[in-house]
Amino acid sequence: MNFIRETFKSAYQARAYPNYWDLIALLFVLSAIGLFAWAGKQMATPYQLGQVIPISLNPAVLPFYAMRTVVRMLIALVFSFLFTFTFATWAAKDRRAERLIIPIIDVLQSVPILGYLSVTVAGFISLFPGSLLGPECAAIFVIFTSQAWNMALGFYQTVRSVPADINEAAHMFRLSAWQRFWRIDVPFSMPSLLWNTMASMSAGWFFVVASEAITVSNQQILLPGIGSYIAVAVRAADVRAILYAILTMFIVIYDQLLFRPLVSWAEKFKAEQISTERVAESWVVDLFRHTRWVRLLGRKIIHLFDLFVNIKFFHRRNLRMSVPATEEKVRRWFGVLWMSLAAVLFALLLFFLSRYIRENYSMGMVVEVFALGLITALRVFIMIVLCSLIWVPVGVWVGLRPRAAQLIQPIAQFLAAFPTNLLYPLVVPFILYFHLNPNLWLTPLMILGAQWYILFNVIAGVSALPKDLIQAVDNLGVTGWLRWRKLFLPCIFPYYVTGAMTAAGGAWNASILAEVVSWGQVVLTAKGLGSYITLYTTEGNFPCIALGIGMMCMLVLLFNRVVWRPLYLYAVNRFLLE
Amino acid sequence: MATPIIEVIKVKKSFRTGDRQELVVLQDIDLRVYNGEIIAILGKSGSGKSTLLRIIAGLTKSSGGNVHYRGKPVTSPMPGISMVFQSFALLPWLSVLQNVELGLEAQGIDRALRRERAIKAIDMIGLDGFESALPKELSGGMRQRVGFARALVVNPDVLLMDEPFSALDVLTAENLKSDLLDLWQSKKTGLNAIIFVTHSIEEAITIADRIIVFSSNPGTVRSDLKVSLPYPRNDVDPRFRHQVDRIYTLMTTEPKGDQLKEGKYDALDLGYRLPLATVAEVTGLLELLNAPEHQGRMDLPDVDDLFPLTELLEILHLATVSEGDLTMTAEGKVFAEADILERKRMFSVQLKKYVPLARYIYDQLIHHPRHRALEENYLSLLEDYLSEEEAERVLSAVIEWGRYAELFAYDYHSGVLSLENPH
Repeated sequence: MNFIRETFKSAYQARAYPNYWDLIALLFVLSAIGLFAWAGKQMATPYQLGQVIPISLNPAVLPFYAMRTVVRMLIALVFSFLFTFTFATWAAKDRRAERLIIPIIDVLQSVPILGYLSVTVAGFISLFPGSLLGPECAAIFVIFTSQAWNMALGFYQTVRSVPADINEAAHMFRLSAWQRFWRIDVPFSMPSLLWNTMASMSAGWFFVVASEAITVSNQQILLPGIGSYIAVAVRAADVRAILYAILTMFIVIYDQLLFRPLVSWAEKFKAEQISTERVAESWVVDLFRHTRWVRLLGRKIIHLFDLFVNIKFFHRRNLRMSVPATEEKVRRWFGVLWMSLAAVLFALLLFFLSRYIRENYSMGMVVEVFALGLITALRVFIMIVLCSLIWVPVGVWVGLRPRAAQLIQPIAQFLAAFPTNLLYPLVVPFILYFHLNPNLWLTPLMILGAQWYILFNVIAGVSALPKDLIQAVDNLGVTGWLRWRKLFLPCIFPYYVTGAMTAAGGAWNASILAEVVSWGQVVLTAKGLGSYITLYTTEGNFPCIALGIGMMCMLVLLFNRVVWRPLYLYAVNRFLLE
Repeated sequence: MATPIIEVIKVKKSFRTGDRQELVVLQDIDLRVYNGEIIAILGKSGSGKSTLLRIIAGLTKSSGGNVHYRGKPVTSPMPGISMVFQSFALLPWLSVLQNVELGLEAQGIDRALRRERAIKAIDMIGLDGFESALPKELSGGMRQRVGFARALVVNPDVLLMDEPFSALDVLTAENLKSDLLDLWQSKKTGLNAIIFVTHSIEEAITIADRIIVFSSNPGTVRSDLKVSLPYPRNDVDPRFRHQVDRIYTLMTTEPKGDQLKEGKYDALDLGYRLPLATVAEVTGLLELLNAPEHQGRMDLPDVDDLFPLTELLEILHLATVSEGDLTMTAEGKVFAEADILERKRMFSVQLKKYVPLARYIYDQLIHHPRHRALEENYLSLLEDYLSEEEAERVLSAVIEWGRYAELFAYDYHSGVLSLENPH
């Protein structure tokens, strides 16, 4: 037995010469490293506010701009992971922290993403005076906010749902907290974490494009990237340049789809295997699979991970079950201290907030902004209804045909990732030509990207419908509307609610960009909370920005609590097939 | 019989239920485990036997009393004590080898030695060739073998097992039991004692040297029996059968010699922990009893979880158990021979007569102006006597019986109990 193992091993090693796949893969890795070095250097360029960084409309530069955009995205992703692993874990393991962290993340999640940009950009610029690092940080921070909350909440929930027996086994075999995190919490959450990361990255493209061309106090800062390229193209009313940018974006996002196999790979972490989705094929994964050196490298990485998990420093830092009496006392005092600190903080915040509100706003202003908020809410509502009427039937039709679903599903996911704000300016000439009312005709823009969530969730719902249910219903001769009412609508309901909820969130976020659209010198505005925030951000009027963002945040929270959450719970309890 | 390896002294465990009462799960448990013993802790479900095992393991804190392992107090998992779980508790993302290595990793043993020891344990337990498999590729029996390898690789002194065979089918379980006994007798493992929890009398007699019989509400040690049959033990051996009957009688009668067999279930409390058996099981067993080959009297059947079923039959006065035999009552015979409507009617009569909770719910519904009541009311009532989970289980069992008997209706979505049936 051993002999065979040894022979096999040596034979394997003897064949470890590089094959031609290695060269390509090596090229891949080296250029990725080079790219980061280059982008890092560019980011630290000296810069004064008011200075205009020339953005060229020459399509030859576009790949470089695209790279800059992608690097921003990846840096934000790293920070999102750090945030997730620290704060979400803390919340999952410590009840006191949980009570604070989770509600805060929940609120942060309902703040419009571009609101973070409006509020923080000035701070970041003053943090790094004389360097482009300030605006860069602001842009990266915006992307971070579009990813981190979602990822952290998902991670927190999965860590908390680790089965009790697995936790007991870990305790029984006396794993240290560090080992437990890497051996249990992270792998257990892997499928949902990767899925969340992908979804968050999709959402991120929209904001990365928007955050590169920042206007602070009537000064436009253009960070080299696709977003700035588009902004310049819009000002120059250059259709061809915009089309180039859209094409580039397509290529960039397509690359992201190559990560889909990662999600399939993560299936192996799931306790129960119900493999329904076929493993997506990807030339990147194939490339790495065919490469011997890379495979050996992979084994090296596994080995390193092993060492990492078993770092001596973190050893024997166990969470003890029983605490000595003195420590128990200290702990209780700590708890009291913590609570009183939180109470004081709360009182202080309340005091300052009320003073700030009294000094800066009148009742009339608040009412007006609230009314604007209702207008935008109405827009979101109408758009969700319209899109549902279109995409639910289409989704069911596609979902019932596995071949079609396999084709359409990735396309829908791809379209959901595409930053539709690139398309907004193209609508302006159309509206001008036909003399249309922007209040009405700018409305569809906000749902342009978000509608696909409804489609692909409905498709997923129908695909999950067991075949024998359909056959049983057909066997009973149930057709037409009855078939829809008794079979399709109930079974897609939980999926539909998830999709519509995501779409509504996306539409609120998009309204900040979709209600003010410009082309050349023309600016079209639709009345609403989104345009209110955009206009005051351009002006640099901070009290008004804060009011607008605060209002939007509260409205989103309100709708989540009153409409979406109850609907979702009801759907899951009543209609989700086990 | 020098010093015991494990010593459990006056251990008590209680939970707070709701806000009022303290629910005692374990009371004054004393147990000494000596070198070379296999001990079975046998009891009905809900008797707190798994809780005791977890206290010995250091996974759960006791509310009173002490556990000592070789003289040291147990307050958290100890090196030297290892455990096998009912649900296997394997990490699905780790291969068999990595799962087995887990405990060694926690001890900070370096990679090469870890691998060597893990492979040895895998070979010993008969998993050779499956090192790189993921748990989900394996059948239940093979998964539990991984569970054993993982527990044994750390060279434990004491092995704890929580219903280790109950998630397996009969054949697989037999196979694994005999392999475990072979391993134990070969002394290859360095184990000095095994303590396991089970609800199966047969399983306890097949494996253990000593059986600790638990009685429930609160869990106490009912008796401590030696099993001196030679291995391998054969479950059709008359001495084996005799032991089964004796233990069964022990488990179903009250201590203190109140041998009032008749009417032992006549005066139940409202909060009695009703046995979780279904109508279908009751009907099935009665039909079997009524079959020509049994004529209304049979040996206790070898069902996986027998107690709830026989207890419910006794509560409803459809059958009685004595000396290890199950005997159908006159009502039981009528029930077994009746058609479906008559059975429902009879079941409803027996429920109202002998199950106080069912009678209580029915009376309340009768007297309520709209004949409705919320499930939560009864849950909080039961929680004065039982833990939250058990209250839920008991209530849902009663609801199932009541629905079958058409005593009352229940709406899952609103949690409303009512007299009327849905239109």
